[in-house]
Amino acid sequence: MMAPDLAAPSPLVRRGGVRSLASALHRHARLRLALLLAAPMAWLVLAYLGSLAVLLLSAFWTIDDFTYNVVQVWNTANFTTVFTEPVYRAIALRTLGIAAAVTVIDALVAFPMAFYMARIARPRTRKLLVVAVLTPLWASYLVKAYAWRVIFSQGGVLDWAGKPFGVSSPGYGTAAVIVVLAYLWLPYMILPIHAGLENLPANLLDASADLGASAGRTFRSVVLPLTLPSVFAGSVFTFSLSLGDYIAVRIVGGKTQVLGTAIADNVTLNLPLAAALSCVPVLMIVGYLLAVRRSGALDSL
Amino acid sequence: MRIRSIAAAVAAALLAAGCSSAAPTAGAGHSLTPPKLPMLQTLGTGEGQVNLVAWAGYAEDGADDKDVDWVHPFEQQTGCKVNTKIAGTSDEMVSLMKTGQYDAVSASGDATLRLIAAGDVAPVNTSLVANYADIYPGLKNQPWNSVNGQMYGIPHGRGANLLMYRTDKVSPAPDSWSVVFDGASKYAGHVTAYDSPIYLADAALYLMKTKAELGIKNPYALDDAQLKAAVELLKTQHKAVGEYWSDYQKSENSFKTGDSVVGTTWQVIANMAQTDKAPVQAVLPKEGATGWSDTWMVSAKAAHPDCAYQWMNWIVSPKVNAQVAEWFGEAPSNAKACDLTSDKKFCATFHAADDAYWKNVYYWTTPVKNCLDGRGTVCTDYAAWTAAWTEIKG
Repeated sequence: MMAPDLAAPSPLVRRGGVRSLASALHRHARLRLALLLAAPMAWLVLAYLGSLAVLLLSAFWTIDDFTYNVVQVWNTANFTTVFTEPVYRAIALRTLGIAAAVTVIDALVAFPMAFYMARIARPRTRKLLVVAVLTPLWASYLVKAYAWRVIFSQGGVLDWAGKPFGVSSPGYGTAAVIVVLAYLWLPYMILPIHAGLENLPANLLDASADLGASAGRTFRSVVLPLTLPSVFAGSVFTFSLSLGDYIAVRIVGGKTQVLGTAIADNVTLNLPLAAALSCVPVLMIVGYLLAVRRSGALDSL
Repeated sequence: MRIRSIAAAVAAALLAAGCSSAAPTAGAGHSLTPPKLPMLQTLGTGEGQVNLVAWAGYAEDGADDKDVDWVHPFEQQTGCKVNTKIAGTSDEMVSLMKTGQYDAVSASGDATLRLIAAGDVAPVNTSLVANYADIYPGLKNQPWNSVNGQMYGIPHGRGANLLMYRTDKVSPAPDSWSVVFDGASKYAGHVTAYDSPIYLADAALYLMKTKAELGIKNPYALDDAQLKAAVELLKTQHKAVGEYWSDYQKSENSFKTGDSVVGTTWQVIANMAQTDKAPVQAVLPKEGATGWSDTWMVSAKAAHPDCAYQWMNWIVSPKVNAQVAEWFGEAPSNAKACDLTSDKKFCATFHAADDAYWKNVYYWTTPVKNCLDGRGTVCTDYAAWTAAWTEIKG
């Protein structure tokens, strides 16, 4: 009698509110987009770009040479040190060399594996192989690195396996770093190449064969040009991850200094210098990304 | 374009924030006038926990050896739960204490003055630490743990950095540091050294004893020429080094597997390796050694000062001080600890009360421009040592 009349307006009003909001959003596409992207953009700008900005900023500070307190006096001495001291140049070049070697090794190992997985294996084996490639990613990075420490150690697996052939473990050092990083980042190279090869239209291969091309010729003229962007996409991962790594280097690198370890050492010794030093791999990666972009690799990421 | 302008705006805002908060001034000189900080006046009942920065082996809770445990009894007695962060180098300790997240630190002499000068640690009210009365007088009011008669911590113990070698791989048994310097090439790829700029003092000490013409009087007071000689020596050593260590567990592991066969170590690492049946020996070479005299200090920003004071009193109590001294392999700081060691000759072996002996052990000290041997301001400071260390490691 009376009650329904009293109760009636409120849901209507609420519904009206939701409805008007919905229609407002419908009419203003930009508002919709802004609401949707506000949180992720805030995260990107504040947490990600913000921390990069702070890093760059602190590289222009200095430290009190006794207390090691950061002193906020603007100067470019840290960059002068990083770019003029021969030792830092040697470290940067060594790191670049390691990252390049890891990338090349991964590409050479990953391509045949990905090719087999994508084009030759039967569908069921295919799935199993993808799982097999992904499985190591479930194990902790540290466990894998320490496992390699045991493998490379004196009297370790490598020594034992090489003994009949008169080969001994190279011990901890640059070679061990390259092997371990190549192992760690291999899945990141296989997966993009695998995706690229899977998308390769089969009829192109048939056409190539029909026109009388040998397997090698088909590979060189059809498969490789079409999948090269995927290789570059994988190389972005292997290259940038290798440039920044310092933990595996600490574990199997012996006395090898790379940019990562030099930065990590300086975090406790001279924070502004560490910040200046960490701009070096950032610059290298940006340079690499710009170079790779020309190949169209970033489209297939 | 828009994203770029937002990023620029954020960067500009951060820049402004960073510059406006620029309070401390550079190069205030180091005649050491520490900031005036209050010290604890009365001891409360405890805050339930304490966060420590410690050297490996200083806060054992039975994890390394189930019989070596003085953390759990402390927790039961005081109700202060102990959270320990192990640091590998003094530099790490200094930077950890700057975070303000820790209550107390077992600082060596190359960290103490830096912590005091920076205002990271507070003066210590020794009247609140009952066991302070039994500390050897030779450890009280020393230049590395006090300023103008005010103690900034409680002395913990002192010891020397030793030379460890694999008895099956290194012969004859070494009695000199020359095995890791001039004779290092014999063990190329298997020599190890401590990964910190302070290790330059080990080279300087060796030069002090073997190359008198360099005129080194104190391994922490090196002028440019002397530093250069030490750097050259370490660059030669670098060729033979397999790995540098600051992680004590990794160092022990390397000796166990034989990846390292000779190099500098701490007694505690030798003990752990021997417990694991590794054929190693640790000796104090004839040239003497660098060493440390450690002090427990309280953070100026300690969130749990009562528990920190109780910990300091606990770690220098006779029984616990004896335990930690025997485990780490150092001389205890509490005179009464000597009656409670399991090896009755322990204090004699480690020269606990022998002040003459300690004159030949060169405690880790922060090198400064104003030479520690009184030559004037011709010496190289720690910043120079740090740069040299990076250069040595290549």
